[in-house]
Amino acid sequence: MRASKEKAVAWNYGKKGVASRIFDTFNVLLMCFLIVVTLYPFIYVLFASFSEPLRLMAHRGILLAPLGFSTGGYSMVFNNDGIVNGYMVTIYIAIVGTLCNMIASLLFAYVLSRRNMMWHGLITVLAVFTMYFGGGLIPTYLVVNALGLIDSLWALILPGLINTYNVIILRTAFNSVPVELEESARLDGAGEFWVLVNIMIPLIKPTIAAISLFYMVGHWNSWTSALIYIKTPTKYPLQLVLRSILIQNDTQASVAGTAMYQAGEDYAARMLLKYSTIIVSIVPIICVYPFLQKYFTKGIMIGALKG
Amino acid sequence: MNKTEIKSNKVSYKGGLASYENLSFRARLVKDWQRNKIIYLIALLCLSYYFIFCYAPMGGIMIAFKNYRPARGIWGSDWVGLKYFKQFFSSHYFGRLLRNTLLINFYDLLFGLPAPIILALLLNELVSQRFKRTVQTVTYLPYFISQVVICGILLDFLSYEGLINQVINMFGIEKTIFMQDPKYFRTIYVASGIWQGVGYGSIIYLSALSGVDPQLLDAAAIDGCNRFQRVWHVTLPAILPTIIIMLILRVGSIMNVGFEKIILLYNESIYETSDVISSFVYRYGLLQGNYSYSTAVGLFNSIVNFVLLILVNYVSKKVSDISLW
Repeated sequence: MRASKEKAVAWNYGKKGVASRIFDTFNVLLMCFLIVVTLYPFIYVLFASFSEPLRLMAHRGILLAPLGFSTGGYSMVFNNDGIVNGYMVTIYIAIVGTLCNMIASLLFAYVLSRRNMMWHGLITVLAVFTMYFGGGLIPTYLVVNALGLIDSLWALILPGLINTYNVIILRTAFNSVPVELEESARLDGAGEFWVLVNIMIPLIKPTIAAISLFYMVGHWNSWTSALIYIKTPTKYPLQLVLRSILIQNDTQASVAGTAMYQAGEDYAARMLLKYSTIIVSIVPIICVYPFLQKYFTKGIMIGALKG
Repeated sequence: MNKTEIKSNKVSYKGGLASYENLSFRARLVKDWQRNKIIYLIALLCLSYYFIFCYAPMGGIMIAFKNYRPARGIWGSDWVGLKYFKQFFSSHYFGRLLRNTLLINFYDLLFGLPAPIILALLLNELVSQRFKRTVQTVTYLPYFISQVVICGILLDFLSYEGLINQVINMFGIEKTIFMQDPKYFRTIYVASGIWQGVGYGSIIYLSALSGVDPQLLDAAAIDGCNRFQRVWHVTLPAILPTIIIMLILRVGSIMNVGFEKIILLYNESIYETSDVISSFVYRYGLLQGNYSYSTAVGLFNSIVNFVLLILVNYVSKKVSDISLW
């Protein structure tokens, strides 16, 4: 009986009718097309960034390889004070900011994971409500202003210190730690901090790594808070510098200094600077991407929505 | 599995809450404080973040009803009631902002909601698991690239001398300055959004798909369902709750278009189709200093969203028993 059932299933699955095979082929082709569409813009930029500027300018249509080879764009990027400085600011924010984010988020997630306290419900509601309703741009700006944080790098860290969504993910992870582990420690007289640091945190390391990466990528890519709060150009993070180069075409100053490119070649040099800057700014993301991907495919991020 | 763990946590060490159920309120307060003193102190510390950076701005919304002047402070400024709301509703901006905000979101809902579902279903049908993982790895990537870079590439490709124009010119089509022509903006905005987010958006559906009982699929196969019928009658109903949750969240933010991408892409010549409520609040409020007026505009936006979220959630709860809370 069972064998015949399996046979039937196998027959039905295995029965690759013409329509089914056409679909499979079509599906694979579609996915290949999707891969090309997703990656080609980046590949184009990569090829363009290594191309010789004048040949690039004269070229029409898609690129299948760099036109010649030149690292002129990259030397412009690394000689550009604005970009280098922006890089430094962003690295600083990514490290200090993520550290602050994680300390605050872990502490708060630990609080939310303690269910045997009277005000647990109220504390959770206070946090979750902010996910659906907020003060908006102007009132938040006024608060940051009132705290004297305008033009301070702390304005890029403190207003987004705790991401409630991430806290819920961490709380879910804390809740999955077997209670017995904690109980035995408590019988030996361990306090809250001891339990948190020596039992809870080591057991949810993968989740912590994932959330840290998410905060870090968030800091790396963030630019609106700097746009709103930072006034001094030397405190601009990378993305804000990028914006002035990529969006506002403000490359005059950066190119003019390079004697290598004279007026006629100015346009070509500017193009090259743009493409090189894009590559330099996304390399760090590409580097952490395999780790990022490893965690979210495990379904860690999804657990939160269900929890 | 998770639920039982949570339950066991509830009755954990020293008896849990149950042990002082028969005490008076005050006695319970005291006992709870003694037991969880440190937890409450940490909670207070963390909640102070919420009070300062989330609830204080919510209180600051009152400037929407006041004529806020920085020199006089929030408390010292005069109340003006609904003046700014009336001003906004009767201004010529109102129609344009509302139309742009709603249309961008409507197209995003129409095309952006099904796209990741279709991708997840197609990925699920792939025979080779390795190829599936490769597609996933590639399509998740753009989500993690910054908006500035994405928009920078977009503007470059769409410029008069850009890649798109070069290519269409080869086919004999006239070059266009895409970013100067209002009629292209919504398409560009929504399409690039899907390009950037479709892979990442499919994760949640793929995770729901992995929960589909294989026995159901086997049973359907025995009953003579073909591939398409199995997807239609088994797989799709199984991920329907996830789809509905995503739909509720989308409809609940139908008035939300982040100003990030808008202000990166738009320019004065295409405000007609590209200026949305959030970008208007940024430009008119923050850059030009009309704090009260733009706070009123922002508040109008949040309230519509919040009401819609509650409404859609309520309807969904009644109709399909699926809801956010």
